[in-house]
Amino acid sequence: MCTTCGCNHGETRIEGQFEGQRQEHTHHAHDGHEHSHTHDHSHAHHHTSESSQSRILQVEQDILSKNNEYASANRRYFNDHGMLTLNLVSSPGSGKTTLLTQTLTTLQNELSLAVIEGDQQTVLDAERIRATGVKAIQINTGKGCHLDAHMVGHALENLEHQEKSVLFIENVGNLVCPAAFDLGESFKVVILSVTEGEDKPLKYPDMFHAAQLMLLNKTDLLPYVDFDVDKCIDYARRVNPGIQVLQVSATKGDGMDQWYQWLRTVREAALIGYEPPTKES
Amino acid sequence: MHELSLCEGVVQVIEDQAHLEHFKTVKTVWLEIGVLAGVEIEAMRFGFEAVIKGSIVEGAKLEIIHQPGLATCPSCCHTVEITARFDACPDCGSYPLTITSGEAMRIKELEVA
Repeated sequence: MCTTCGCNHGETRIEGQFEGQRQEHTHHAHDGHEHSHTHDHSHAHHHTSESSQSRILQVEQDILSKNNEYASANRRYFNDHGMLTLNLVSSPGSGKTTLLTQTLTTLQNELSLAVIEGDQQTVLDAERIRATGVKAIQINTGKGCHLDAHMVGHALENLEHQEKSVLFIENVGNLVCPAAFDLGESFKVVILSVTEGEDKPLKYPDMFHAAQLMLLNKTDLLPYVDFDVDKCIDYARRVNPGIQVLQVSATKGDGMDQWYQWLRTVREAALIGYEPPTKES
Repeated sequence: MHELSLCEGVVQVIEDQAHLEHFKTVKTVWLEIGVLAGVEIEAMRFGFEAVIKGSIVEGAKLEIIHQPGLATCPSCCHTVEITARFDACPDCGSYPLTITSGEAMRIKELEVA
């Protein structure tokens, strides 16, 4: 049990250091990152039920209201620091980490970048990220099938505060559960590879509904697989008419320039209205 | 299986309520779950039994209120019932529809003592 915010991490582990040093998460510095543990309640109205002992409370609160409070705190933090945050979601094996390492390698001299890596077990992906020279914090969720806003809030405490940086949060490979959990990100980006089947947007509609951008990855394999690109995009737009789609091959580089251009553009938008902190603060 | 996390969310909200409203036990929990919320009710019941152990909610009965999926069709302007996000309008066949109900995941009421 954490004494600062009362959280109990269960099996969740968050790395404390960037350079391969692993530390158990034992306390939270809360430096600069005001982690909201306030209680924002609806006012419960009660009236007595048939039994004189018990009463009925009308609560009317979203089940995810706790997560959403943490997500709001994260979002405030990102805004205050002029950060663009992307929540990368996909099924396992879509090429998410490869796409990310290619992106980091290409853009790290141009933009300030950082990564939060979510996996059930191992720090293998964080190590792949660090090999590019970009800072990465690994969150291991244990049995958990998704990241939540509270875990991300704590991971932020271990990430050097980077004004105007682009933060990639690589979620646990899973097309179901991460859809419901807002992390405070600016955009959810769903990655779908052409080896998976074009009907994924209909099979997992919540994820494609929640995402703003779909990256259709491994397009270099299209000649070898039975995958109808137009049908896939049509399915995605059936569940989310506003979703943007880019076709890329992370390994061969096709279409990646468009993705980088998208990143640069949304980052510029994230900086509108941003005021750098004064030196004293 | 994010239903387990959802159940943890339910217990957290109820524990906060217990501080505010000064109750010691929870007899019944009413959750309103929309048909489009992506929640497996059986998994929810299973997760609920698992996470309430040792909490103030232990022993409580779980009641699920099903919220139907409703949408309006931008083409024919009818309000129709749907069971999936990508359903086409049953009246005129067009899609996408504008979803107006069915995404709820809400703690509605508690019976407490």
